[in-house]
Amino acid sequence: MKIPDLTELALRNLRESLLRNSLTTIGISVGVASLVAMLSLGIGLQQLASRRLVKSGLFDTVFVTSRRDLRNYDRDDQRNGPAPGESRILDEPARKEIENLPNVIEAYPDIRFITELRYQDKPHLTMVSALPESAKSNDAFEGMQGSFFSSDTAPEVILQKAFAEELLGKTSKPGSDDVNVAELAKPLLGRELTMRYAQRQGSQSAAETNRNTSTTGKENTLSGAAYSVVSREQELKIVGVSDLDPESMRGPMRAKVFLPLKLGESLHIMQPTDLRELARAASDQPVYSSISVRVRNPKQVQSVEDSIKKMGFTTFSILDATRSLRQFFAVLDLFLGIFGSLALAVASIGIVNTLVMAILERRREIGIMKAIGASDGDVKRLFFTEAGAMGILGGIVGVAFGWAIGQVINLGTNIYLKRQSLPPENFWAVPWWLVAAAITFAFAVSLVSGWYPAGRAARLDPVQALRYE
Amino acid sequence: MTRDKNAIRTEDLRRHYRMGETMIRAVDGISLQVRAGEFVALLGSSGSGKSSVLNLIAGLDRPTSGNVTVQDRDLALLSREELAKYRLHVVGMVFQSFNLIASMTLAENVELPLRFSEVERSKRENRAREALERVGLQARMHHRPSELSGGEQQRAALARALINRPKLLLADEPTGNLDSHTGTEIMDLVREFNQQLGMTVVMVTHERALAERYAERMIFLADGKLVGDQPNPVGAEQVMQS
Ligand SMILES: Nc1ncnc2c1ncn2[C@@H]1O[C@H](COP(=O)(O)OP(=O)(O)OP(=O)(O)O)[C@@H](O)[C@H]1O
Ligand SMILES: [Mg+2]
Repeated sequence: MKIPDLTELALRNLRESLLRNSLTTIGISVGVASLVAMLSLGIGLQQLASRRLVKSGLFDTVFVTSRRDLRNYDRDDQRNGPAPGESRILDEPARKEIENLPNVIEAYPDIRFITELRYQDKPHLTMVSALPESAKSNDAFEGMQGSFFSSDTAPEVILQKAFAEELLGKTSKPGSDDVNVAELAKPLLGRELTMRYAQRQGSQSAAETNRNTSTTGKENTLSGAAYSVVSREQELKIVGVSDLDPESMRGPMRAKVFLPLKLGESLHIMQPTDLRELARAASDQPVYSSISVRVRNPKQVQSVEDSIKKMGFTTFSILDATRSLRQFFAVLDLFLGIFGSLALAVASIGIVNTLVMAILERRREIGIMKAIGASDGDVKRLFFTEAGAMGILGGIVGVAFGWAIGQVINLGTNIYLKRQSLPPENFWAVPWWLVAAAITFAFAVSLVSGWYPAGRAARLDPVQALRYE
Repeated sequence: MTRDKNAIRTEDLRRHYRMGETMIRAVDGISLQVRAGEFVALLGSSGSGKSSVLNLIAGLDRPTSGNVTVQDRDLALLSREELAKYRLHVVGMVFQSFNLIASMTLAENVELPLRFSEVERSKRENRAREALERVGLQARMHHRPSELSGGEQQRAALARALINRPKLLLADEPTGNLDSHTGTEIMDLVREFNQQLGMTVVMVTHERALAERYAERMIFLADGKLVGDQPNPVGAEQVMQS
């Protein structure tokens, strides 16, 4: 028999004992709904847990520090390797090398320092950090007023809103979320700030001035063992006020004032590591305390980390930290899936029961079909189709059902969150693959359930079936 | 292999049923031949094995021993699948209890064999209509069997038996549930199939009168054995007349 005919006959047979088959189908759909509900809860929670982290760009970033940075020295993976004193310095050539690794988008030094900013002749002490141009596309700057730096070297700053409040002399109530960033930004955008900072003047630039007077090169290397620190001032224009909560952000974002990266580098600002590397600093080539490496895809973080480690540096990525989190969710999904499947397993027994009943009831009909020329295969396929139709129908209804449950729960929790004046979140996510997988699974389960009844129907002896009324 | 002029040939056909200790010999060594186009009546008392023989010829059952050859086809050599094809294309069957599927309309019942033989949908409808016209039921096409009289149901069953244009019509007491007038109508139709379509007919009956009126030949069974085989001049005469 052809598939359209099989389907037509199967559906008409299902309609014949509508109540029983509907109940069986509802059983399947309840099973599917529970499976979908359980899994989508797991997926939703997982997404909720990782959404912010992923958005902040944490998952595709590797932080690199030198082994010489003794603060990390008790970590396991460092014990076997060159001693800190012998290992490489995190300097510009190292940064270039890291940037040239496959799958690395960029590697930029973390420039961060505490300094004084003057605004309308009032000094303010705060943490400043430099941002690469790529930070522009970062979701962290979503709610920003004004614009991002016009170029990577422009003498411009972006303020964090708490600092903007400070500049305007407003008292910020800690924890209150209702600060209007737009209002804060209005009087500040376009204004100038003066940054005072300590410039590290290496011997190279000193040598350059020397070169004009002296032609002996030896002196350069001799005098290169030191550098001087000069106090400087830099005028900066306020171009943006960001909505960021510095406490929620990672390393360079924890500052309250941001500079373009190239500008930050060109200023040769004195940083804490400079002191530590004082003995080694043979030139004014900067030595970085840490470098952030952006990887094309979170999946490649591991391999990039491995190659950087091979170069002799210490790495850290959030993937290290979230590995156990992901393990937890994998186990959670497994358990939720098993519980969800239990209901479907019960429903599949319902299919077997319904079809076995149908065979007993339709004994004669099967006998007739065989007498007029139906093959064993025709009968078997007919019962399979009936089982499959119940499975698909139950699957579709069940997915809709599960989705509806999810929507109701999302709605309910969001009303609750709103009452608690918390932002809405979706705990429930039904991805399209889950829809497809649930329906396919229901179909497969129903076919497996149909196996025994269909085989039994096919083997029915037509003479026996037709013998009795 | 030389072509057999016999449509059906059985050789020492046996079908035994084991019922605990005892062995029931429903068919106990029957050898017979039926010529192509012949109209044969199988007679005998209840339990003599008539239905059992018919089912063996129809390929619905397999013999304990002996064999059945239908149109040069040894049924013993056919697989279950091939046997189903044989029933579908070579044999048309009607039963005492009509055996229409209650949930289907007449048209659907009649076209069911066409579904099994995978005939296109568009052709199926026409052929079902034609077959129903042939038995005078075109007006009842879309009725369910329960809405019809016994005679009408048996006519629909005949239309279904006809639909795949088989060479063989096997009828197991087709008039057994009908009054004599309606039974005559059915028998006229069976004769029409036999004479106009050249179908070989084997009909089980225990009404001798009916057999004498329509069959060319009467075969008598008793206790699973062949006890008589006689031509029926009256039935044969009617063949001549037409
Ligand atoms: N499946 C079976 N198991 C046991 N015995 C059977 C079976 N089928 C038939 N028989 C026996 O075989 C014998 C022949 O049965 P069959 O149905 O062929 O008789 P019949 O001539 O058609 O009778 P009737 O005129 O009543 O229809 C009977 O005694 C019957 O009880
Ligand atoms: Mg009988």
